[in-house]
Amino acid sequence: MMPSAGQSTSPPAAPSLSSPPLPSPSLQVAGHAHPLQGAILTASRWCVIMGTLSILSLLLALVCLQLGTQYVGPGEMARIFASSLFERAGDNERAVTTSIILLQVRLPRVFLGFLVGSCLASVGVALQALLRNPLADPYVLGVSSGAALGVSLAVLFGIGTNMLALSVLPGCGFLGGLLALFIIYRMAATYDRLPIHSVLLAGVILNAIFSALIMFITSIMEPNRSFGMMAWLMGSLTAPAYPALGALSVYLLVGLLLLFKQVRVLNILALGEESARSLGIDTERAKRFIFLVSALITGAVVSVSGMIGFIGMIIPHAVRFMIGADHRLLLPASALVGGMFLMVADTIARSSFVPSEVPVGIITALAGGPFFVYLLVWRKDRLT
Amino acid sequence: MSTRIDQATSGDAAVTSVRGGTHAYDVRGLHFCYGTARTQELRWVLGDVHFHVEAGEILGIVGPNGSGKTSLLKLLAKIAAPQQGDIALFGSSLTRLSQEETARTVAFVPQENAQMFPFTVAETVLMGRFPHRRRTRWNVGFGWEDREDCMAAAAAMVTMDIVHLSSRAVTDLSGGERQRTMIARALAQTPRVLLLDEPTAFLDLQHQIEICSVLRRLSDEQRLTVVIVSHDLNLASQYCDRVVMLKEGRVCSVGTPSKVMSVEILREAYGCDVLIDPHPESGLPRITLPRQCSPLNR
Repeated sequence: MMPSAGQSTSPPAAPSLSSPPLPSPSLQVAGHAHPLQGAILTASRWCVIMGTLSILSLLLALVCLQLGTQYVGPGEMARIFASSLFERAGDNERAVTTSIILLQVRLPRVFLGFLVGSCLASVGVALQALLRNPLADPYVLGVSSGAALGVSLAVLFGIGTNMLALSVLPGCGFLGGLLALFIIYRMAATYDRLPIHSVLLAGVILNAIFSALIMFITSIMEPNRSFGMMAWLMGSLTAPAYPALGALSVYLLVGLLLLFKQVRVLNILALGEESARSLGIDTERAKRFIFLVSALITGAVVSVSGMIGFIGMIIPHAVRFMIGADHRLLLPASALVGGMFLMVADTIARSSFVPSEVPVGIITALAGGPFFVYLLVWRKDRLT
Repeated sequence: MSTRIDQATSGDAAVTSVRGGTHAYDVRGLHFCYGTARTQELRWVLGDVHFHVEAGEILGIVGPNGSGKTSLLKLLAKIAAPQQGDIALFGSSLTRLSQEETARTVAFVPQENAQMFPFTVAETVLMGRFPHRRRTRWNVGFGWEDREDCMAAAAAMVTMDIVHLSSRAVTDLSGGERQRTMIARALAQTPRVLLLDEPTAFLDLQHQIEICSVLRRLSDEQRLTVVIVSHDLNLASQYCDRVVMLKEGRVCSVGTPSKVMSVEILREAYGCDVLIDPHPESGLPRITLPRQCSPLNR
């Protein structure tokens, strides 16, 4: 550094005084072999962490498939998978039942849990960077309460009680989410700009209005329906049939890919909007894009799983705390960790209080809250 | 336009007045206000601003609060767009350049640098390489930095003396360290023009001197053009080649510090009297506050 370099002990000060500072690679090779080493995210570190997390997810999924009302051992599971692949019918009745439980009930549910968890965590990461607010989660957008309102209206008018319940309810939820998205966008966007604080305010206000409407609808429903409604609002996973699940996963995976394409932009948006513009980003376009993609993912997720809280806020925090803030790793890693977290929480929800089932939102809140407190306390200890 | 500048600077600019090639910026007839044209009553933040910035010089923009200094800097950085008038960057109009093309030439360091997320210092500096990223058809958006990017970032970190901080989180830094990180990020952009908004506002004396002398050195050795918005008249006087004095959104005086920093011009701009004597080292004007402030009736 400059005049007073003598007293600051750093050796790098010396070369900087004498040599031209900007594009002079030789200086760096001589003075500091790798000044950035260990301080930035590298492709190899990315591969190691993502590889580990992927293997961990697979193993956890296998464990979650074994657990439930009826325990299915690993050997039996392997046999069932093999026989379903080679289209051999089961030998006896018990084997057929087990195979149905595993393939028709448990597998889609575990898969849905992973998918929903991934989406909530990824959207949480994106919105925290976009709103520059570490407390943001997918539900701040207000799209979620729009979806919830759609579902509760459907339940109120009895649409959800007929045979088509499974495929119709999420559709209504999604329509509600789209309506909310439209309203928020119209409220927040002014003169082809999308001010971040307006988005946040519009979301909060719409959340308040829609929550009141949902409470009103729930209170005038028949008691047994309103009980189901409450359980749904607390968040519960009900796996749709395979074709619907397939469509949903394609939709969500495309959404996640679109978010993944924005990781570098998210990094720079986190610096602040003016800095981002000065680095050549069309911030208005980037904000609009990330807002729309996040909202469309959230709407779909809420309409199949209700309001599963805590994942979208806690998982990004925890992962960022452990692996750093670079969104290139943070976003996909959060997706995997969020998926694992919800998968495990749902397994606990469906298998620990047999025959009744706890809404998974309660499990995530009960597990996530104390974990977050632990993180905060641990972090405080480490800093002081 | 040239007549205006000559009239304003009377002689200083006459040497290089019309040769557009040597000007980093040519600012002509600039009008700017926040909000949109739909607003009935336009309140111009900047009105009819003319000046130029020579390549390789350090230009200070000074003036009272609310005189439009920061707004002017944002216009130069293409963060905001003027309603009227034109800004030419090395001879080509800023409106014709894309945001990214501008970012490869111009780097901007905003005043407010609070950070929310624990990026490391090295990661933050590397973000300055974003406008230079290579575009490939199959780019998924990850865009790993190559050796050249790392070299530029490392050089910028050496220049700002933050190498020892490289793996610290920007959220844990002191104000001065964070400011140096942000300037290093701007230098990693390898810009030809560096725009700084109050770069020394939160810094102690030692760091103020350090940053100013680094800027001086970059300007002298690499012909980096630097535009500084500052409240600190002494800093502008000692380190800037020329100074633009703004008052109520208009250029009130342009020229070398010894010309602009006069009792009369400062009285006109700020509405109060100051003491001015030559700096013992440089002989440039040194501005001192009088013991009793007696606001003049303008």
